Amino acid sequence: MSSVAIIDYGMGNLHSISKAVEHVSGDMRVVVTADPIQIGRANRVIFPGVGAVRDCVQELERLGLDELIRNLAGIKPLLGVCLGMQALLESSEENGGTACLGLFAGQVKRFPEGLTDPASGERLKIPHMGWNQVRQHSHPLWEGIPQDSRFYFVHSFYAQPEQSQECVGVTEYGLEFASAVARDGIFAVQFHPEKSQHAGLQLLANFVNWDGQD
Amino acid sequence: MLAKRIIPCLDVDAGRVVKGVKFVDIIDAGDPVEVARRYDQQGADEITFLDITASSDDRETMVHMVEQVAGQVFIPLTVGGGIRALGDIRRMLNAGADKVAINTAAVNRPEFVREASERFGASCIVVAIDAKRVSKASEPNRWEIFTHGGRKSTGLDAVEWAKRMVEYGAGEILLTSMDRDGTKDGFDLALTRAISDAVDVPVIASGGVGNLDHLVAGVREGGADAVLAASIFHFGTYSIAEAKAHMAAAGVEVRL
Repeated sequence: MSSVAIIDYGMGNLHSISKAVEHVSGDMRVVVTADPIQIGRANRVIFPGVGAVRDCVQELERLGLDELIRNLAGIKPLLGVCLGMQALLESSEENGGTACLGLFAGQVKRFPEGLTDPASGERLKIPHMGWNQVRQHSHPLWEGIPQDSRFYFVHSFYAQPEQSQECVGVTEYGLEFASAVARDGIFAVQFHPEKSQHAGLQLLANFVNWDGQD
Repeated sequence: MLAKRIIPCLDVDAGRVVKGVKFVDIIDAGDPVEVARRYDQQGADEITFLDITASSDDRETMVHMVEQVAGQVFIPLTVGGGIRALGDIRRMLNAGADKVAINTAAVNRPEFVREASERFGASCIVVAIDAKRVSKASEPNRWEIFTHGGRKSTGLDAVEWAKRMVEYGAGEILLTSMDRDGTKDGFDLALTRAISDAVDVPVIASGGVGNLDHLVAGVREGGADAVLAASIFHFGTYSIAEAKAHMAAAGVEVRL
């Protein structure tokens, strides 16, 4: 039987994501775990994230999961969500500068203060919270999701990948940022698919059926 | 572009949805899971549950209700009412809530907001502010924080309090005008604008919605990032979809 492991590194609420994955995964086994053996056995892995990036990376290192995640590239499909996307870049400005897992070349930056909407001139609040559009670049995980669909975001930092071909989704919030990145069977999103109603559930359904090919 | 959010609010007492009019008269309006599913289908951007259960014996009922809703409704859920300790927050987040709203506990001990934000992240922590106008018509606008359903004054200036709560780590402000709550006269727009301009985090306007133009005004004139309403949606006066269509027609960015 096919299985999906959701990495639990002790930082937050994984109820929502596990419920949403169960909702779309039929009779697949969904496990929420920090056990490297269980993660190693799963067919697909989800790396969720809430909280601060330094705590996240430290906990992964303590549990011996950092190397495991790095080694998943090209081996089995991996989905990073929110902080789980940011932690896949090389480093983040959060917590005074934090080295991350480095699966994607590039940095995570804080939204600058005094951000305004270019069209309306309206002051933009931080965190970027709510439903925003994602301009999709061709990738199998967008299958069945209309172009420019809205997803639910909550974040104050954003990823800036160096390789433009690794950016597969772009969102505007005063500036353009990468809301989805992908390479070698890894797909990572800044938004919360588990909180993004139909579009989010479709993305999760696509992931649990994905063979990891672009 | 980021959409302005429409948030139906469900008052829950011992597991049943009710709506307090000025927090005194209460009418039963249904099962929380069914109501939440209906709002999700209509296109609600989030749902807020306010636990007004008086007895602490019934707290577990709320946790169970959140679990039930979170297993079926895949949009953000906020839970407020009775959040007094870090353990209350952990229980609600583990049950599937995305955010908790802290109200009286923040007034009683502001450091609680800082501790909660450091432990769970600012994005989970909403500070709910109940404000009432204390200035006379001839004076410059001034609002103060009230507790106990608007009966007890704290002497705290609402704008200063909102700024302080954000400094302590609130990720969002849920702002209710106690003068307007239950009146259907529309939001206190001057209050909404004053708070929205004073803080960098999103502000949810609440209290007084009676028609769909009020929602538009909350965003346009009040500068709110989200608008919250209860009775106009509960009693079917308008659907969420009608509210969104009305806002879109007025040029407000919404998720359709």
